[in-house]
Amino acid sequence: MKPPPFDYAAPESLDEAIGLLAGDHEAKLLAGGQSLVPLLSMRLAYPDLLVDLRRIDGLDEISESDGHLVIGAMVRQLRAETSDAVAARCPLIVQALGQVAHPQIRARGTVGGSIAHADPAGELPAVAVALDARARVRGPGGERLVPAADLYRGIFTTSLAEAEIVSAVEFPVADDGAGSACVEVARRQGDYALCGAVAQVSTVDGVVAGARLALFGVADRPLRASAAEAELRETPAGEAPGVAAANVAQEIAFGNDPEVSAGYRRQIAAVSARRAIAQALEAAA
Amino acid sequence: MSTHTITVTVNGVAHTQEVEARLTLADLLRERLDLTATHLGCEHGVCGACTVVVDGHAARSCTTLAVQADGAEIRTLEGVAEGEELHPVQQAFWEKHGMQCGFCTPGIVMSLVELLERDPGPSERAIAAVLGGHLCRCTGYVKIREAAEEAVRLAAQGRSRGEAS
Repeated sequence: MKPPPFDYAAPESLDEAIGLLAGDHEAKLLAGGQSLVPLLSMRLAYPDLLVDLRRIDGLDEISESDGHLVIGAMVRQLRAETSDAVAARCPLIVQALGQVAHPQIRARGTVGGSIAHADPAGELPAVAVALDARARVRGPGGERLVPAADLYRGIFTTSLAEAEIVSAVEFPVADDGAGSACVEVARRQGDYALCGAVAQVSTVDGVVAGARLALFGVADRPLRASAAEAELRETPAGEAPGVAAANVAQEIAFGNDPEVSAGYRRQIAAVSARRAIAQALEAAA
Repeated sequence: MSTHTITVTVNGVAHTQEVEARLTLADLLRERLDLTATHLGCEHGVCGACTVVVDGHAARSCTTLAVQADGAEIRTLEGVAEGEELHPVQQAFWEKHGMQCGFCTPGIVMSLVELLERDPGPSERAIAAVLGGHLCRCTGYVKIREAAEEAVRLAAQGRSRGEAS
């Protein structure tokens, strides 16, 4: 369990990092390393070069701009989880981070790393998809914003080009009175989720005014439950959890894998969606 | 394959070392600095035996590269006791026998040392969240939880004694 040999660079600017990624080698970005270092140790990854982002200024800021909470790529998960600004503006992020591995991992793991690693069982990619977050991406051609809906292409696969770097993630600030929740099913607390759901809802006079729902660990990427969201609008709050569960069970094509059968995954996805919507409604004003 | 000169401060002592990029912090501690209280179990971030405190936060030394720790302040189990006097967490694990084989204990102690510094009166849930990051394959979690709760009491007593003197 030792990593294979590789070169290492810790550049001091994003442009320098982009230059290294664009060079003639198999390079990987290193953020917190909580997914990458295990992959190296298990020899599932053989990069020639690791480009560490830790010396680049400005990647560890949390700010607010234009209705969005902007979290720098190198903000540690534990810091985002315990940030008053994040709790006030986007509580779903705090709820989801509380279920990412263990505190000892979140102390090193980063928000940008989770977003870019694109683990299908990852909580933060699902939050990004549910909330229509945007990744700020820097590459050789400059900066662009990539909506979360366009970011995820498959297992550990994003639409980013080879030399592009996520520098920050922009999460829309939650509406006043909205409630949110992250619910997952795992064999042990902190294990990779067998599946899970994130939800953010708002109500008017006991009726759902708007609902956002995304699932993780159910497919090769996080999935937005669009049919469930549409059905939930104008549903009385008391019926909403059941409506979410029924729609999720229908709208997603569940597959078998060595760990979990399609039927069981359909069941726990529906249960996750039901609980996520119920808990989000409880948290809504 | 590149080598890099790094400086890490471990238990208050600065060490400058020439390391390969692939060397983990755990191997730096154990093999270069002979600080073998930090144990290696799974070596991929799951078991928690290798937990040390990095810049004030409990973290896995097996999923941190030594080069990532350049400039960091590290605390390991070797730096926890004050001379002959055990840290309240160590004392509690001794008194309550919060271990069976003891292999996982160094990591658990470091996580609890850091927890008590961050939160001197942790809830049962906060203790459980921290212990959740550690695997004990003797399955002795009942005694470990008792020891953790005793550590909270001993640390509080130590603080009030300190205030009284």
